Amino acid sequence: MLSYIGRRVAQIIPLLVGLSLIIFIVIQLPPGDYVTMYIQRLEAAGGKVSEYEIANLRRLYNLDRPFYQQYFIWIRNIVLKGDFGRSLQWERPVSELIGERLLLTMVVSICTLIFTYTVSIIIGIYSATHQYTAGDYFFSFLAFIGISVPGFLLALVIMYLVFVNTGVAVTGLFSEQFVRAPWSWPKVVDGLKHIWLPIVVIGLSGTASLTRTMRGLLLDELQQAYVITARAKGVAETKLLFKYPVRLAINPMISTLGWLLPTIVSGESLVAIVLNMPTTGPLLLQSLLAQDMFLAGGFLLMTSTLTVIGTLLSDILLAWLDPRIRFGGVSEH
Amino acid sequence: MVNREPIPDQEIGGPAAPAPNGATPPEEEVKAIYFASQWKLIWWKFRKHRLAIIAGPILIVLYLSALFADFISPTLPATRFTDYKGAPPQPIRFYSAETGLRGPFIYEIKRETDPKTFRRYYVADQSVRYPVSLFVRGEPYKLLGLFPTDIHLFGGEGPLLLLGSDVLGRDLFTRILYGSRISLSVGLVGVALTFALGMLLGGISGYLGGLVDTLIQRLIDLLVCMPTAPLWMALAAALPRNWPTLRMYIGIVIITSVIGWGGLARVVRGKLLSVRELDFCMAARLAGASDLHIIARHLLPSMSSYIIVSLTLSIPRTILGETSLSFLGLGLQAPVVSWGVLLRDAQDLAAIGLHPWLLLPALWIVVTVLMYNFLGDGLRDAADPYK
Repeated sequence: MLSYIGRRVAQIIPLLVGLSLIIFIVIQLPPGDYVTMYIQRLEAAGGKVSEYEIANLRRLYNLDRPFYQQYFIWIRNIVLKGDFGRSLQWERPVSELIGERLLLTMVVSICTLIFTYTVSIIIGIYSATHQYTAGDYFFSFLAFIGISVPGFLLALVIMYLVFVNTGVAVTGLFSEQFVRAPWSWPKVVDGLKHIWLPIVVIGLSGTASLTRTMRGLLLDELQQAYVITARAKGVAETKLLFKYPVRLAINPMISTLGWLLPTIVSGESLVAIVLNMPTTGPLLLQSLLAQDMFLAGGFLLMTSTLTVIGTLLSDILLAWLDPRIRFGGVSEH
Repeated sequence: MVNREPIPDQEIGGPAAPAPNGATPPEEEVKAIYFASQWKLIWWKFRKHRLAIIAGPILIVLYLSALFADFISPTLPATRFTDYKGAPPQPIRFYSAETGLRGPFIYEIKRETDPKTFRRYYVADQSVRYPVSLFVRGEPYKLLGLFPTDIHLFGGEGPLLLLGSDVLGRDLFTRILYGSRISLSVGLVGVALTFALGMLLGGISGYLGGLVDTLIQRLIDLLVCMPTAPLWMALAAALPRNWPTLRMYIGIVIITSVIGWGGLARVVRGKLLSVRELDFCMAARLAGASDLHIIARHLLPSMSSYIIVSLTLSIPRTILGETSLSFLGLGLQAPVVSWGVLLRDAQDLAAIGLHPWLLLPALWIVVTVLMYNFLGDGLRDAADPYK
């Protein structure tokens, strides 16, 4: 098991390097750099900047160095000092700005993940054991709708419906009196009262497709000879179902985490913008629109890194559950 | 994904399967299944997927309405009815108490202001009626960009706002139809690009193997494990705001495809590797066929059905990509009309609370994506007709 974990961890290191490189290239894409933006701001405010100062600023931010050196400085500061650079827009270190939002993004994503798996496994079992009944058709139809309606649209529609019927605006993650309050127990409770909407909205499309997957896997499993044998021997239906077929069907479900987690994080960022949640999405959009590139880069890097780590954890979990994988007996399926 | 259910033997499509009304098919039709080509088998199997069969015609209607948007819509997307800003959808009526049943008409609407909240709303003025008729002369346009004409499918005097108007008084129905030109075509252009990238890189990866294969596979790993929306947003933000529409459009398509080709490339590579080892390829090679000949004549046809499925399912992804980017203000910009740009007006609660009909473009998006998903699901079931 340990050697398996070691192997997987070694595999993600080049992945993370590639990831950070791509993100650095992406944030360098817009024309101009940090200092040109800075000068534009100063001049818009009526300030004057001399050539000498510009050159000084460029040296200060290492912008006079070649691209690869800039990348190394950026990544070295992040890895060694946890320093993501400064946000131009907020005039604060990026690490201060992304910390809490990143945490909330993780909380929302993990809750969504739990919701997705719980609901899709339950409905998947129901659909598979009640194949071609009215309930099965109903959930299949619902699944298609769920796959087709993008989260941000759903968020808009639900927001409207709740507003029209109750007059309550379901935006944000906290009630008004808690938005700026420091963390406390009542604030957590208040957050939990608000979190259901983003969870359902973000989780819907993942839940929909996972339900279909679970249904298919369980149907495959239920046709196996051992199930027929057990039934012939008179094993009770419930025990028969949960003892092996369900457990075997759930295993491949865990491997779907590899694509589910990026989908959730991606959906979260869009839904968060619509619902104006205090997570990474809205601030990422703002920073992109303002070309606040260190902030945008910090967000992109951290969300992607956490997603990769989450995927790694799911692989380890899968190996722990299914010994065939950690001994390399079967290829990933 | 492994969500294809096993199909009981009698469900294999084609004339051999018992007809729904229980009648046994005639002898020749049973024989037909043995001689049917692969495409025929696929079609027989596809035909059994009811939702997919519905999806085809609906998509055709949507695309035709995009093509003939200027003919179908009663006005032009930029025309402003300044007397009817933010008007709700106007039903076309066939009956009034005074005149009884008569030809289609609409009532005049008058704007009034709530004395307490200062909120504006419209009331129907039943004394003024405007008839609605077919093939009326209206604003001039060029049909298909070629034939100058001014005949619209339907029209009439007064506030003919089928789906209401936006805050500037522009007809939402017209704008949705014009918007579909961009939103629907983005999917097709995007798919062409995804197809080219996926085939090329997947093909190279599977055919060359070795270091190139490893590099491409790791790149796909990288793209798969990254959350797409933030990356799309970052790439779209890098496009200069002042670009002309066409270039912006191409930029958005490239962004959505550059991230989406990984899935197809994997399928192509996997199929290439497995098919390469099959007997018929060996036979072709022994018969002296060149590599190119084997790829073109044997490998590509054997995976064409998979490619079609994968591409069908990637069209809605591209459409949603454009929509969400434009919705966020990172994609196409205001004078251009696309579904995402239209939804931008419905971004906050204040806007939708007052003008809920501004959410209607979402209906077109959802229907389009749903139909493509039905179609893709049907094709996936049909892709392997021998199963």
